[in-house]
Amino acid sequence: MITERDTEHIAQLADIAIHREELASFTSRFNEILEYFDLLDQVGMAEESGERAYNIFREDEVVPSLSQEEALSNTTGPEDGFFRAPRVM
Amino acid sequence: MPGRTVSFHPDDRYAAFLRTIPEAPFGEGRLAGVPVAVKDNISTAGIETTCASRILEGYVPPFDATVVERLKRAGAAIVGKTNMDEFGMGTTTENSAFWPTLNPADPSRVPGGSSGGSAAAVAAGLVPLALGTDTGGSIRCPAAFCGIVGLKPTYGRVSRYGLIAYANSLEQIGPMAKTVTDASLLMEVIAGHDPRDSTSRDCPYHHTPDPEIRGLRIGVPEEFFGEGVDARVASVVWDAISLLERKGAEVITCRMPSMAYALAAYYVTCTSEASSNLARFDGVRYGPPADTKKPWHEAFQERRREGFGEEVRRRIMLGTFALSSGYYGKYYAKAQAARNNVRADFERLFCDVDVLAGPTMPTVAFRFGEKSDPLSMYLSDILTVPANLAGVPAISVPCGKVEGLPVGLQVMGRWMEDERVVDVAYAFEQGRSA
Amino acid sequence: MTVIVGLEIHCQLDTATKLFCGCSTDYRDDPPNSHVCPVCLGLPGSLPKINKKAVEFALKVAKALNCEVPEESEFARKNYFYPDLDKGYQITQYDKPLAVCGYLDIEGDEGEKRVRITRVHMEEDPGRLVHKGGADRPKYTLVDYNRAGIPLIEIVTEPDLRSPKEARRFLNKLRATLEYLGVFDSEKEGSLRVDANISLAGSERVEVKNITSYKGVEKALTFEVTRQKNAIRRGQKIARETRHFVEARGVTTSSRSKEMEQDYRYFPEPDLRPLRVRNWAEEIEIPELPDARKLRFIKDYGLSPTHAATLTGDWQIAEFYESLPADLRVSTATATWVADTLLGELNYRDMSIRGVPLDHFKELLLIRQAGEITEKAAVEVLRSLLDQIRDTGTCELPRQCIGRLGLFVITAAEEGANDPVTAAAREAIAENPQAVADFCQGKKEALNFLVGQVMRKTRGCAKPGDVNRVLTSLLSGDE
Repeated sequence: MITERDTEHIAQLADIAIHREELASFTSRFNEILEYFDLLDQVGMAEESGERAYNIFREDEVVPSLSQEEALSNTTGPEDGFFRAPRVM
Repeated sequence: MPGRTVSFHPDDRYAAFLRTIPEAPFGEGRLAGVPVAVKDNISTAGIETTCASRILEGYVPPFDATVVERLKRAGAAIVGKTNMDEFGMGTTTENSAFWPTLNPADPSRVPGGSSGGSAAAVAAGLVPLALGTDTGGSIRCPAAFCGIVGLKPTYGRVSRYGLIAYANSLEQIGPMAKTVTDASLLMEVIAGHDPRDSTSRDCPYHHTPDPEIRGLRIGVPEEFFGEGVDARVASVVWDAISLLERKGAEVITCRMPSMAYALAAYYVTCTSEASSNLARFDGVRYGPPADTKKPWHEAFQERRREGFGEEVRRRIMLGTFALSSGYYGKYYAKAQAARNNVRADFERLFCDVDVLAGPTMPTVAFRFGEKSDPLSMYLSDILTVPANLAGVPAISVPCGKVEGLPVGLQVMGRWMEDERVVDVAYAFEQGRSA
Repeated sequence: MTVIVGLEIHCQLDTATKLFCGCSTDYRDDPPNSHVCPVCLGLPGSLPKINKKAVEFALKVAKALNCEVPEESEFARKNYFYPDLDKGYQITQYDKPLAVCGYLDIEGDEGEKRVRITRVHMEEDPGRLVHKGGADRPKYTLVDYNRAGIPLIEIVTEPDLRSPKEARRFLNKLRATLEYLGVFDSEKEGSLRVDANISLAGSERVEVKNITSYKGVEKALTFEVTRQKNAIRRGQKIARETRHFVEARGVTTSSRSKEMEQDYRYFPEPDLRPLRVRNWAEEIEIPELPDARKLRFIKDYGLSPTHAATLTGDWQIAEFYESLPADLRVSTATATWVADTLLGELNYRDMSIRGVPLDHFKELLLIRQAGEITEKAAVEVLRSLLDQIRDTGTCELPRQCIGRLGLFVITAAEEGANDPVTAAAREAIAENPQAVADFCQGKKEALNFLVGQVMRKTRGCAKPGDVNRVLTSLLSGDE
């Protein structure tokens, strides 16, 4: 069972704000779903199976980049060719 | 010849499209001038691509997805972007941030999801061909609910480059059409190796559907007719399987024990991957901008709360939890082990049978709002997720109706045997109309 | 108190393109966000693809560091939210690194020392942030993704180092090794970043982040040793914490924000396939490394171990030395000139061997070897050339410089001629009658005095032998 505090912690870890009034319903949904996930407890560790590919590489050859204008085309208010983001300190 | 366009002004009464291209350019090729609808999680250069999410509103990709490049090279006209559950997270298309899509077979019901817009556009006759994407049934479910054909190709057969990721290890782009022949044709155009996608395999698809199935061994797992499967749906699907038997196939019942936990494995895997995939929508490089007056984490948290719908936030949090320290072993690692077991089950069964068959969905299309709690919604994916977990091809072909609502027959095949599931679906389609 | 140090070193691999896309890595002089594409901007739908050359370079490093390469390795996602990360996660390697269990031998505080390497793995560099509104009260952040996706190699050592000096020596040896391999350019700004773990035996471990220079490592660690010793002397406990090195002030500061214990939620990168490169690693060829070259210098050129170590401690210097003619290479004088004089003068000016025209110095050596200038003059010319380079970025040709300074050796002609040496000797004799008298009375020191006077008048450009001969001849003629 997870508590509303756990839900808040998960939201913090996921960096998603959660409204206070949503907390109870999110928590009860999580508990239903996590209880269902307990079905996985019966699974032992299995051998890797199936077809797998390895070592998928590309050569070290330069491909033209986007122009600065194209790179910034989906952002609002770029500054001197930079993207703008909220402060981090 | 430059400047040729298809005029596209559909009567979109089922709200299948998020946006249409009134004059859609097209070129030479086998799909010259054919209108094709593209699900809105597939990047289209110069055309807004949102995954039906507020967080990507206004985002115009500077590049085409590989499948879109291939469509254009074949002459197709991209006429619009179709509605979907936000980021593909849903089974009804009700989770679109913009509006729900109606089921053309019964507008009081959902079209299924998450590729509900593509399915509705085809079923309503607005386009002959559409692209969907299938992470846990998102092509096959709406195909079944709307009464059309939908193919989830073998993982790696169609490039994912340009597909906005929900769950990378599970999803494939695939064709949706009214007939098996059309779906096969669209598959031929989009399949093939793409060096930009490291999970792409060099296995092109050149195939003309062949209805001859004499001697084919069809396995029918008991679990596909177990608890939760509507008896009337089961009956219609058994009738379909009997038809295939009359056409010369051999039907063998079998068991797939990993079905007990396949759905749990699926949801742990897809939410884990999604929690990471959806972290890039921070409003710095594209999408509605983050508030630069606030500190980073506060602005980011708010951006995500405002930009994502409830189900998306739920899945991001579930996946975050499943990957977090102390829980990784219980959830993510176990899900991968379970996934290996599912793969092993398929491999074992495919020693004795050539394809597996059963219903695509346990029920017919839901009424709007019918599945209000998330877990019961998840449970309706139980029959489609095994093919995604194992990466094998699976097709849904209309096989009858229950109270006027379409039912889909699902055929799953061996890894890279997409041709065979197409043939079986074609055999059924031909046998039924004969 | 025993000092225990372990290092985590991030180096940019010197490939032509980024780790997961074809954008050029040559971004340093270009405008922001001009070396980006859908992949390194993290645009939705883009997919990474591994640069084969980056793997090859990383395997060379693994081999040079005597590592084991496991059968299978893979990339993983490290999830955290920061604007320098274009995807909201960094593609790195976690529980299946490229290489493990290696070592590098260094000259330790107490002789030869083996430093164990825990692991070597590959990852992508994040973008670059510029904080607007001052570092103390930033208003917002500007982001440039040109650096995002540059291939990095992370090398993690066991806590085997016992002093800041040893840490510095380890780094120098590592740098030399990477440059011998041709996979790393230490001159590129920001190409190296070091995190150091340091503790005093019995105390908690402190992690120092953000060290971006070779000298910085020694400075940061020296500061930490002193800080921690002082704290312990005062009876304080050392807190287990992360500190940042402030290069400009040479101090470490505690990261004030009590950040939540980071949970990176690593999982295998589903967009990439695993690596199986053990066989490749076995076949891969690496060039002669510093230790082998040092032994060869001792054996083939007869150099002292100290000179050999200095001359092979940097790939460029070793290459320069080996470009000299064979007869010069076997001379201790040459070794001294390169290892002590040249490097000493460079070091004095805080200049690097890169960016100086080595061909000029080779020519200078040849001129000196031919006896056209004296040892003393050679040093003067070297200093002048280095000053020019430091001040203007360019310099004269050696012969121009020697000519301008009038430092070519002045040779005295055979007897009786009126050459500058003879003229200077006549002057010296005329100006110093007492010394001449002393010489005539058999005082040998008086001759040395006169030789010195002549050398001064010829600004050191006369050959002492010539001066001796001319003076002796003039003095005996006077007699």
